[in-house]
Amino acid sequence: MDQTLEVRGVSLRFGGVRALTDVSFIVKPGELFSIIGPNGAGKTSIVNCISGRYRPTEGQLFYRGQDITALNPNARPRLGIGRTFQNLALFHHMSVLDNIMVGRHHLLKNNFLTGSLYWLTGARAEELEHRHKVEEIIDFLDLQPVRKATAGTLPYGLRKRVELARAMALEPKLILLDEPMAGMNFEEKEDMARYIVDLNEEFGMTVMMIEHDMGVVMDISHRVMVLDFGRKIAEGDPASVLADPHVKRAYLGEEDEVLIDPDEAPTPAPTETAA
Amino acid sequence: MDRQVTPDDDEQSMGASGMNTAFLIQLLVNGLVVGTLYGVVAMSFVLIYKATQVVNFAQGELLLIGAWVCWALLTKYGVPFWIGMPLTLVFMFVFGIAIQVVILRPMIGEPIISVIMVTIGLSTVFDAALKWIFGVNPQPFPRVFPSESVDLFGLQIQSVYIMSLAVSLTMMIGMAWFFRASKYGLAMRATAFNQQVAQSLGISVKNVFAMAWAISATVSAVAGVVVAVVNGVSSGLADYGIKVFPAAILGGLDSIGGAVLGGVIIGLLENIAQYVDSQYLHWGNLYEIAPFYVLIIILMIKPYGLFGTKDIERV
Repeated sequence: MDQTLEVRGVSLRFGGVRALTDVSFIVKPGELFSIIGPNGAGKTSIVNCISGRYRPTEGQLFYRGQDITALNPNARPRLGIGRTFQNLALFHHMSVLDNIMVGRHHLLKNNFLTGSLYWLTGARAEELEHRHKVEEIIDFLDLQPVRKATAGTLPYGLRKRVELARAMALEPKLILLDEPMAGMNFEEKEDMARYIVDLNEEFGMTVMMIEHDMGVVMDISHRVMVLDFGRKIAEGDPASVLADPHVKRAYLGEEDEVLIDPDEAPTPAPTETAA
Repeated sequence: MDRQVTPDDDEQSMGASGMNTAFLIQLLVNGLVVGTLYGVVAMSFVLIYKATQVVNFAQGELLLIGAWVCWALLTKYGVPFWIGMPLTLVFMFVFGIAIQVVILRPMIGEPIISVIMVTIGLSTVFDAALKWIFGVNPQPFPRVFPSESVDLFGLQIQSVYIMSLAVSLTMMIGMAWFFRASKYGLAMRATAFNQQVAQSLGISVKNVFAMAWAISATVSAVAGVVVAVVNGVSSGLADYGIKVFPAAILGGLDSIGGAVLGGVIIGLLENIAQYVDSQYLHWGNLYEIAPFYVLIIILMIKPYGLFGTKDIERV
């Protein structure tokens, strides 16, 4: 299969507002694909269409060749689609462990009744197996010190990480990250970027990410798509996207200015930075 | 539970002070037993509120339906209790799902106040239907437990009371375990917090809602049957649905533990109010309204109840 996700001619309208207009793109297996664009460009709308929160007005969505356009949102994690949210959406009153365990809901087989028979139905073995997986994720994201803490009490950067852990617990093949670094300081961003790269390379998850920090996006993405006013204006490797005149216009309104601060991101260079 | 304070009581209690203490202790035990039952019903009430944000005004009727169904199985069809009880619970489980799927699911997306109005309608319809099917007269429940008293620490306690207490505690522990350790318990807590996020994690919100109603109906039915065993079946059973309001609100409306504690407090309060009333005040019926006075006072001091979630909106 040469594509994990295919978005084919998707449009999304809310009454007279056109959030997306005829957007098409493909995410390949094992890819780290980023979507950038100014505020209100429709980036989150795309993620919401893929995760099932919105149903596209027109167009189709294919996940590994299967049409998922009309699938229930709660059926999608079972196929292997996980996501995080732009605004933190942790279960504040639960512990970090419980938050992550919720992510395993669709993988848990025992219910209330069979679980009561603990040993007979393998609930014990199942619990152990899931605990093991969860601990693996906690290790990976360096969350050991806070595993028992109540999620709502954690600082912002850590909460973002817990949210990533929860999405990882689904064991998704495709993970959608909606602004994983928004509001973070420099070190937190660096950490998060490293986790995302590892997630992609070590865990083999295909990543589709929305992010505003151009430096990070250009650094770690394999391919980048640019949205503006709900339309795709560019797609390609980071360097060619940066060089695209449409992108410059969309971001800065004028053509002859530099797109981004040269200190913050690599200038369009012929060498491919992504690993 | 009909308790009339008769002049006889007064004369009795005006005797030795030992009589007074015994009367008080008896009332406290009574309060504890009734209170844990309130706790169980309040718990199932809170369960629906927690998972679906709906205040269920038909909770008392669920109790009554459970009691009537069990009664009918035992007396009309001669089913032994040990089969009739599980059958009742299975029926209530399915009934709970049916209410959610048939009546409340189409209401998803409507303002929550509309859904609450629907539950008020449900309570009226159930009440009328039950009177139509089973009549308006109270019926004695077949004797399934020996009614002799047991001597416990010098107190004469009816064995049905001990049964009631044991059942209540079992239900509470079961519920706590369900929420803490089961797949659906966790899913329910997740859904209560944020439905959209829950869905993105693969939780079917519809299933969680149906499960909340099913479990709530089943647990209420257990309480209904217990009360029926002690006092017989009558439409007065539905009053439990009203009594659990102060209990649940006292506990904080979205706290299961708080609901249990609230239930016990209300049960004890009722009985203490009765003691004070019969010994000193002689107003009559104080025990019926005392919980509501306490409710008002608590809400003035702690608007979110004892253990409720403080819902602070930051703009």
